[in-house]
Amino acid sequence: MSAPSNVTALPVAAADRPLVRIVIVGHVDHGKSTLIGRLLHETGGITPQKLESLREISARRGMPFEWSFLLDSLQAERDQGITIDTSQIRFRTPSRDIILIDAPGHAEFLRNMITGAAQADAALLLIDAAEGVRDQTRRHGYLLHLLGVKQVAVVVNKMDRIGFAEAGFRAIENEITAYLGDLGLRVEVVIPISAREGDGVSQASTRAPWYRGPTVLAALDNFQPARAAQEIALRLPVQAVYKFDDRRIVAGRIETGALALGDEVVFQPSGKTARVRSIEVWPVPAPGEGPTSLAAGQPAAITLDREIFVERGEVLSTPALRPHAARQLRVRVFWLADEPLEIGSVLIARLATSEVRATVSAIHDVIDPGHLSAFEGRRIERNQVGEIELTLSRPIAADPYGVNPRTGRVALEFGGRIAGGGLVISIVKREAAARVERNVTAVASAVAAQERVARYRHHGAVVWLTGLSGSGKSTIAAELERRLFAAGGLPTLLDGDTLRTGLNADLGFSEADRAENNRRLGEIAKFLKGLGHVVLVAAVSPSAAARARVREIVGENFFEVHVSAPLELCEQRDPKGLYAKARAGEIKGFTGIDAPYEAPAAPELLIETDRLDLAGGVARVELLLANAGVLAVPATSADDAVI
Amino acid sequence: MSTADQRLDELEAQSIYILREAFARMKRVALLWSLGKDSNVMIWLARKAFLGHVPFPVLHVDTGKKFREMYDFRDHYSRAWNLDLRVDPCPPLEQMDPTLPPATRSAARKTEGLKLALEKYGFDALIAGIRRDEEATRAKERVFSPRGLEGDWNVREQPAEFWDHFNATLPQGAHLRVHPILHWTELDIWAYTKREGIPVIPLYFARDGKRYRSLGDQDITFPVASEAATIDDILLELATTRVPERSGRAMDHESEDSFERLRVAGYL
Repeated sequence: MSAPSNVTALPVAAADRPLVRIVIVGHVDHGKSTLIGRLLHETGGITPQKLESLREISARRGMPFEWSFLLDSLQAERDQGITIDTSQIRFRTPSRDIILIDAPGHAEFLRNMITGAAQADAALLLIDAAEGVRDQTRRHGYLLHLLGVKQVAVVVNKMDRIGFAEAGFRAIENEITAYLGDLGLRVEVVIPISAREGDGVSQASTRAPWYRGPTVLAALDNFQPARAAQEIALRLPVQAVYKFDDRRIVAGRIETGALALGDEVVFQPSGKTARVRSIEVWPVPAPGEGPTSLAAGQPAAITLDREIFVERGEVLSTPALRPHAARQLRVRVFWLADEPLEIGSVLIARLATSEVRATVSAIHDVIDPGHLSAFEGRRIERNQVGEIELTLSRPIAADPYGVNPRTGRVALEFGGRIAGGGLVISIVKREAAARVERNVTAVASAVAAQERVARYRHHGAVVWLTGLSGSGKSTIAAELERRLFAAGGLPTLLDGDTLRTGLNADLGFSEADRAENNRRLGEIAKFLKGLGHVVLVAAVSPSAAARARVREIVGENFFEVHVSAPLELCEQRDPKGLYAKARAGEIKGFTGIDAPYEAPAAPELLIETDRLDLAGGVARVELLLANAGVLAVPATSADDAVI
Repeated sequence: MSTADQRLDELEAQSIYILREAFARMKRVALLWSLGKDSNVMIWLARKAFLGHVPFPVLHVDTGKKFREMYDFRDHYSRAWNLDLRVDPCPPLEQMDPTLPPATRSAARKTEGLKLALEKYGFDALIAGIRRDEEATRAKERVFSPRGLEGDWNVREQPAEFWDHFNATLPQGAHLRVHPILHWTELDIWAYTKREGIPVIPLYFARDGKRYRSLGDQDITFPVASEAATIDDILLELATTRVPERSGRAMDHESEDSFERLRVAGYL
């Protein structure tokens, strides 16, 4: 008899449980198949007969019980010789239906790993305790970041091979969380296990009493299905306009935000506006019982109150928070084609439903994520990543990834195949918006930029530290200021509260005033950057959109640093006694207590102050600035003293 | 909203997105209707995507050996749902590769019938109701799966597919398979059929202790032991069974690679 297609551990039958897709990645031979075998067994998916035959096969080879034989044999059944593409394995945890996507570990099949990982809500990154972090570990980690997989658990396997030594585990934990943290990726948990011997898979290990975190199964059970983002601005890319009868129906899927009957909307890049007249669905509901609004993730079919010509590729939004009509994009890309990506390469860029001819007009960085090396390259080879600029043949609607992850990413088609993809880091050029004409001419400085660099030994830059109150922003900023100054540089600490006592004394805390406060901060930072300062801004800045606007104002050399610590810890620190007041109800709308903090989706740097001490955090920022070419002399030490 | 409804809504939304992409990007689209539970769900999804319309032909490549209940179902609902139905026959068994095992050889008629229909109508995209959880090689499929000039599937050279960006560029004369319910499971199909009230061929329900899990040609499809007489019974049965869905489909089991051979040659 032939094989069941996907190994169904327990029949995954109850559709009333959340379905979570998890990709399992990591270096070849770090124990993926053994872990999968263990998980299947311990969730009740393997019959006693099968177990007995495994025991026999192992004994015949004179080996102790070998879990990976299970998967190998299943794989042979399942794959019938095709082991190059993604397989899917189904089983259940106490509260989830899990689809485990087993992505190929071999570098040659990276396109299949990407296809598998892009379907995932979460990832398990596997590392061999004896071998540590290897090139494919880093490459897969980097790709998880580019693919937008936000939930990551790291599993350090084969702990038995290092005698369950805590020190060995901590070294790997520090290395991988630092690497992923630099990519802005937060590791939920790092779990020491021995998949072969069963430690830490579904049962806590007795041999690692120093570890108090969850087992692999508990970690899987904690993952959430990725949901469409409701809370950010509306984006509805148009898939098609249907004319089945005399109505023109605009169809698409709401990527983010929400839409209601009567809303005023604008289409980008055309800039046409209309109001939503009806929401169409089938089967046709009774009069008055149809939907009056639509949410992120839902298919949409609407009619408008006026006859305007819109077409596939345009993006519908609200007039206040519309995407840019972009002409040139800076994109952090991965590349899969045999032919390298070079300046002058012509591609098709696909962003949501739009499709446009794009020319590579600049290549800034080339990184081989396997070897952690960034170099000034002129071409991006297969399986490398890099930052490029794409000049588009006509404007399309786009957002920076930090503002909207769904309309801030592109797929690149080359030679008729999808050959790469990436995140929009910034909009370099946009279609000129109509500006008010004024008789104003900017006056140039008499001192050339090079002269300033020669004196201060750094370029102008803006370091924007964002995070909860008490996360450690001001402490890091102050230390940076001290060190830069001591080295003869020109650091300037820009503090929102201080400005509010003077320049911004006319502003309150209404939405409009906050936005204006933000704009002025951005403009001042940009001005000082232009004069060669390293501007350090420590501001809670909880709004992702507001930070994106500052990024836009400042332009080049803007570094968003997310200073992060768990809320409980910030509250415990409470340097200004603000949390206590917020808890007592004396302060309303306090970020973290009764107002949300929107964590950056793609910061230049993530510093977790619960894991890293002050010197370590400061070293990270200096390394970031050195790598970006802001600091002429690289920081001497990036050693992380971990708390 | 319940977790079950939310899960079905998400599956449905993804399928509608895929169907709309296929219709927007391809010139001559057809939907393959095998009359089974999966393709009935697919037609339902198309009507949701296109507001009650199915704006492309619905193709039944007919082996002439289906169950009578299936033909009755087709004739009734093609009218009730206002479908642009095309029925095309398959060439006789004698013209099939004689080295194939008997049931596989019989199933190969459908592949050849499909090729003839493609030639006749010049379709560049065929929408098919296969699912990843059904069978090994189907698990490795893409949502948009480009086929060679002979309708063949090159499993080793599949392009990357991510973020709902689908490969739709084809050489002249080749076609694309589009799989809008690839991410659904057998259970999802039944749960959705129940929620939406989609009509079902009675052969799926148990009579005299047997029912069909999967429907194909009469002579190479066999019922499985079951007492499930309603959709609720089927949902319960699926929660405990360890019998694979296609166990009653003879061509899957004749030799280790019989089904893969069919698929590489262009079978669904």
